Amino acid sequence: MSTHSTHQGPPTATGHIVDDEATGIPSFEASGGDWSDIAEEAARLGDERIVVNMGPQHPSTHGVLRLMLEIDGETVTEARAGIGYLHTGIEKNMEYRSWTQGVTFCTRMDYVANIFQEAGYCLAVEKLLGITDDIPERATVIRVMMMELNRIASHLVCLATGGNELGATTIMIVGFNAREQVLRVFELITGLRMNNAYIRPGGVVQDIPPGALDAVRDAITVMKKDFGQLEDLMLANPILQARLKDVGYLGLSACMALGITGPVLRSTGLPYDVRKAEPYCGYETYDFDIPTSTDADAWSRVVLRLEECYQSIRIIEQAVERLQAMGPGPVMVEDKKIAWPAQLAIGSDGMGNSLDHIREIMGTSMEALIHHFKLVTEGFRVPAGQAFVSVEHPRGELGVHLVSDGGTKPYRAHFRDPSFNNLQAVSMMCEGGQVADVVVAVASLDPVLGGVDR
Amino acid sequence: MSEKSGAPEGKTPEPSAEKVDAAAAAKPGDTATSASLAAQSTSEAALEGGSQNIGPIGSPEPEVIEVRHGMFGGGPGSGDTSGFGGLVTTVALPGASERPYGGWFDEAVDILIELLDASGTGFAAAIESVVVDRGELTLHVAREHIVEVCQLLRDDQDLRFELSLGVSGVHYPHETGRELHAVYHLVSVTHSHRLRLEVAVPDGDPHVPSTTGVYPANDWHERETWDFFGIVFDGHPALARIEMPDDWPGHPQRKDYPLGGIPVEYKGATVPPADQRRSYS
Amino acid sequence: MGIEEAPSGFLLTTVENLVGYFRKGSLWPVTFGLACCAIEMMATGTSRYDISRFGMEVFRASPRQADLMIVAGRVSQKMAPVVRQVYDQMPEPKWVLSMGVCASSGGMFNNYAIVQGVDHVVPVDIYLPGCPPRPEMLINAILALHEQIQAEPLGVNRKEAARAAEAAALAATPTSHMKGLLA
Repeated sequence: MSTHSTHQGPPTATGHIVDDEATGIPSFEASGGDWSDIAEEAARLGDERIVVNMGPQHPSTHGVLRLMLEIDGETVTEARAGIGYLHTGIEKNMEYRSWTQGVTFCTRMDYVANIFQEAGYCLAVEKLLGITDDIPERATVIRVMMMELNRIASHLVCLATGGNELGATTIMIVGFNAREQVLRVFELITGLRMNNAYIRPGGVVQDIPPGALDAVRDAITVMKKDFGQLEDLMLANPILQARLKDVGYLGLSACMALGITGPVLRSTGLPYDVRKAEPYCGYETYDFDIPTSTDADAWSRVVLRLEECYQSIRIIEQAVERLQAMGPGPVMVEDKKIAWPAQLAIGSDGMGNSLDHIREIMGTSMEALIHHFKLVTEGFRVPAGQAFVSVEHPRGELGVHLVSDGGTKPYRAHFRDPSFNNLQAVSMMCEGGQVADVVVAVASLDPVLGGVDR
Repeated sequence: MSEKSGAPEGKTPEPSAEKVDAAAAAKPGDTATSASLAAQSTSEAALEGGSQNIGPIGSPEPEVIEVRHGMFGGGPGSGDTSGFGGLVTTVALPGASERPYGGWFDEAVDILIELLDASGTGFAAAIESVVVDRGELTLHVAREHIVEVCQLLRDDQDLRFELSLGVSGVHYPHETGRELHAVYHLVSVTHSHRLRLEVAVPDGDPHVPSTTGVYPANDWHERETWDFFGIVFDGHPALARIEMPDDWPGHPQRKDYPLGGIPVEYKGATVPPADQRRSYS
Repeated sequence: MGIEEAPSGFLLTTVENLVGYFRKGSLWPVTFGLACCAIEMMATGTSRYDISRFGMEVFRASPRQADLMIVAGRVSQKMAPVVRQVYDQMPEPKWVLSMGVCASSGGMFNNYAIVQGVDHVVPVDIYLPGCPPRPEMLINAILALHEQIQAEPLGVNRKEAARAAEAAALAATPTSHMKGLLA
């Protein structure tokens, strides 16, 4: 140990080894100060543990997630996740809005896969109303098509941002380009690219416009090419393989204990998918597989998500065929006291009530006018009780728990968001690994903080 | 108005025939009205009050959680002459169901009875009521026994509810003595079954034993329920706020916590925040 | 030392034009995507809508290297101090674009959890409504910001402009008194 006698000021010590031959014996370079102080500080710093805050503002934490990592060298000894930086109070807000307005709120929870929140919420409202069997077939098939398109969009965001976080920006460009196809279809059908309040209790808000099915088919064709590109970029990439294989391991028992669902659970080998376990929206009539893997690491989850995109394309193709064969029909329940009175059309000032509809309610049908007025201002009433519905969200199982007090507004709406639950696994996945693997593990969990914080 | 759609099947088409006026029921010596005794039963009061979840008279009592007077904030004495002030709405949730429950529910409840009686706790002590509504099974569990019930549900091979979908809270401020409900949803992947457990605790003593020992998945969910409702989960490893900032006062999702919005002003007109507007219910 | 001591008059105008041109030419945003608007911001950054043609595709992770903070998404009460800290860490000159209605005014979330407009926390230069605003709308806002930056006065002109703005604000009708058609 050498001392530099010129240094004055607080005692300092560094934990770096000066002597090459003294391997295993920590040596310290001291510069000034009382020896006992230095020794004490050296003993304290001996482990080189630092607490690093991957703060809420970070390019690689998939949103406003705060990770508090205690690091020993390059190894993470403790990882804790801090959430709540995007808490919006959506559930409480929904208690003050009518049942239909609730759709516009819940859609903004997990904003990447918004149709699923809408679908889950509407299925729960319909269960409370008791009209699950009265939803027109056409509306159900449209719902399935929209959900699967959104599943593809969501998986693309996961893969694209995952690649971006690892530094592979090209993957992000290709992924988002592919997603643009889906967003164009959404814009054609619902009017909005994201946060479309399209699925409403009773059906969907309006029928698909003419030409939409062709647009979907074209989009699928382009997307298949993009998937090929993405596969070439990701699956054959040795750097990606080295970074993703055997990283973020979470076995079956850990997944079941922590309540993890979705691609993470399926990467352990358990083919649990709500679409097969508790089918809704007629999923039992569609022909598709549940891809699984047994490696339970980040790599298998990437492969799994790509596979799920292909399965979603299968379902979409079947849905499009059915819609083609079905021909035009109603997309809302017949009961006029629940059905949202939206006959929309594009006018000179944008989208609004079609003039035919206005002519009808103002000139022809008094009941239609009354229904329109009452439904828009007051909303329909839902009999008291509670209902719980699950849908297979791209990230896992989204559960919607609704309590009704017989009124026009939800008494309590709770969304069991899959990302909220899955994020608990961050500690298990990251501790013992390296710092760089934290990013990979979180990306493979695919949390969307809007859903986590609600 | 909306009674025709979505009403449960058991509801009679014309409830007025069974409605018994409270005054008439109280008349002594009136034996013609067989459906009531000295006073209206809860079902009838709820029916008369406009509650929409009543089965035929004689079916199990619904759980009345609140009776509301008036609409648009105009109750008696407010000067409101629209007539809405006299409206009385009874809010009643479906009450305990009678056997047979239907489907796999009976078998599951029987197994649970067997297990609880064998362990010494006793079914009647642990399970307050069994509600089957809209195709879902809800068990109301006494809070002392929630951990044991969860353990039995998870471990028994015929029940096997391995997956817990978390805990959340509901606040019923008018149901005195049982204001805070903690709701657990369980899924059996093996048998493809779903179940709900509900624990009711009073506002003054909002303690529920933590189920993180049985279902570690409930960790963050219990923290969230504490954060939003104030339900304290005893035995939780680290019960701290998770969504709100650590020093936030109050529990936001309770009904007595204001929505907290600001009035929106635009060119002289003001729109109050959503919880201060006049409302239909 | 620096821009502040530049001359006034004609020479200053030339310097202003030049400085504005260079500043707007490569305005680097800091990654501050919060919610849904962040996804649309990312979509604007990818090849279909491509803000790389404005020199802006490099979203700097470190605020020390960034000029522009696009607050994209709802700012919750817990996040507000973080917004302020990131803003403070950015060196001058810096601009703030509040993207989406949630950042501009609290949006549809008028409640306890959301700051009703990020201008409660940081000074905002451009407000962009939309829920979420389309990528084209974001590009429109960025171009408007470019114009603002191009026209930004420096030195003596800046002081005069600030004084004039303050006088105008003091003399203007407060929003609560703007009855419009209602008065």
